[in-house]
Amino acid sequence: MNWLPILGVFSSAIFSGTSLLYTTLGETIHQRSGIVNLGLEGILLVSASSGFAVTVISGNPYLGVLTAMIMGGVMNMVMGFLVVTRRANQLASVLALMFFGFGLSAIIGKPYVGAKINTLPKLSIPGLSSLPLLYSSLFKFDFLIILVIPIAIFVWWLLFKTRWGLGLRAVGESADTAFASGRNPFLIRYQALFLGGMLTGLGAAHLSIAYTMRWSEYMTSGKGFIAVALVIFSKWHPLRAIVGALLFSGAVAFQLLLQSSGVQISPFLLDTIPYILTLTVLIAWGGTRKHAAPASLGRVYQGSE
Amino acid sequence: MLHKDNHKKQRNQAVKKILGSTARYLMMVLIVLLLFGIILLISGKDPIQSYKDIFTATLGSAYGFSEVIVAMTPILITALAVALPSRVGLINVGGEGQLYMGACLATWGALTFDTLPAWALLPLMILLGMIGGGLWAFIPGYLKSLGLVNETITTLLLNSVAPSIVSFFVYGFWHSPMETNKTPNFVPAARLPTLFNSRIDLSLFFAIFLLAIFWYVMRSTRWGLEMRAIGGNPQAAKRNGLPLNKYWVVVMCVGGAIAGIAGASQVSGYYGVLVAGFSRGLGYMGFLISWMSFGDPIGIFVTSFIVSIIVTGGNLLQLTSGIPYAVINILLALTLFVVLARLKIFEGKKT
Repeated sequence: MNWLPILGVFSSAIFSGTSLLYTTLGETIHQRSGIVNLGLEGILLVSASSGFAVTVISGNPYLGVLTAMIMGGVMNMVMGFLVVTRRANQLASVLALMFFGFGLSAIIGKPYVGAKINTLPKLSIPGLSSLPLLYSSLFKFDFLIILVIPIAIFVWWLLFKTRWGLGLRAVGESADTAFASGRNPFLIRYQALFLGGMLTGLGAAHLSIAYTMRWSEYMTSGKGFIAVALVIFSKWHPLRAIVGALLFSGAVAFQLLLQSSGVQISPFLLDTIPYILTLTVLIAWGGTRKHAAPASLGRVYQGSE
Repeated sequence: MLHKDNHKKQRNQAVKKILGSTARYLMMVLIVLLLFGIILLISGKDPIQSYKDIFTATLGSAYGFSEVIVAMTPILITALAVALPSRVGLINVGGEGQLYMGACLATWGALTFDTLPAWALLPLMILLGMIGGGLWAFIPGYLKSLGLVNETITTLLLNSVAPSIVSFFVYGFWHSPMETNKTPNFVPAARLPTLFNSRIDLSLFFAIFLLAIFWYVMRSTRWGLEMRAIGGNPQAAKRNGLPLNKYWVVVMCVGGAIAGIAGASQVSGYYGVLVAGFSRGLGYMGFLISWMSFGDPIGIFVTSFIVSIIVTGGNLLQLTSGIPYAVINILLALTLFVVLARLKIFEGKKT
């Protein structure tokens, strides 16, 4: 039996799953603080385009990654201003942010369509280097991939093992109660948005700088929405998000394998599989889902008066 | 006498209120123009000239005005597709997907029954469009009524599925011999008639008709009352014996059917052909319009008109100054940001 295609699926799942996982982790933090950020798509696009542009200009991919992170945080500050300070409706705000991201990223990225960049160096994993080249080249990862699982664990630790995380989850469950116990829901939501935005930016950076190494309009093709679905899929838990992201991108990679091995299924129908899969899982978990969701998800905190 | 005075006072207050809100609206428009002007400046365009161009291309000429109406029609309909479910507390973000499915089924009708005369084919296409959109909305509505999955997330997921299904049919079966991404042009009988020697077509009347029905149902019928009761307080409505689940499913389906009309009339009227990925966010725009106007019929009309000016103007800007199409999105988003950020001042204490 030839293991190469299967390992190929695995490797490509890791590559495409990384950006998804970063984004999902970011969204987990948003949602744990009570903010449904469905506009991830726009943030991803702005981060991906600006990170890519900086990489082209400076020739330094690390600078690009940093830019993407900061842009993610900044985009979310706009969102924070609307939904936290101005207490605007979350769904409308994030959709507005999404449209904004579509437009802004197109302008930022326009001069750089088709540009070549220095990508992040790929590090080989010790122990795997003894394998034949064909195999070991499948498992040479850049630092963003290597860091993603430690970061997921870090997010878990941050949310569940620190005082700050407790405060954040408290705000997500009931902002009023959190306020009564001496926490500042506004500040915590801003912090959550900034941190989550930076993680989203990392995901975008991996997508444009390390994985595809190019920029094109709407290149995220629904990744932001998938991340939102994955957050629910993983029941708002950073560690389960790892499994979710891997499963999901594995399904996508498997579909590519099917296509390349000559199975006659329309690629358009295969494209729908991930979404239908997510929906199926949501239905299967429907009954228990309510207990996992932060109770004041999507609600606007009106303040103390 | 006292009574009369009171009336006068009330009227004065009303006038003041209207003047005040007009002033605020003007302020908002100014802020948006300023912000967008800065973006235009940064990308190396003359903002004042651009604004002049936008004005002459939209409200400044009969042709421009007709183009605004053309752009307004579909988003007015998709806004209604969101506004109706929102009255029973359902958040239908799925206008985009429902529109695609409506367009898909309507196209099937147009291609299969192309020998029918127009008086039979057009109603059939619209009906098929309604079925397509309605069935697509049935999924989230039914799942919601079972208490399994929140309709927001279902509609969002299905939004990503529907365009793929359309692409599947277009690329796989329906494409014309020349181009793979679109169907052959529809027969004349499958085209909505155009009006006033312009690109405005009959769907404008669908939009206005639907708007009027929506207004009437919400205001003067038992259904409207019950729907508002459910939207206001589902628990109380349930205790009063209203069939919540039935309303959720039916209203969601009707909303989807409305979006399906928008899809059918887009392919039958505006395009005359089904192009894969034609919508470019019409459904999302409908959501934002419905939300900005709080589902109020007159508000929907005015807001969709304003948004259409932005879209038409942005389209022109793209043609004349070589700015990417997506700039429209920035202009739209800035408008929304300003509305969202100022919202509480408009609304006073209401949350």
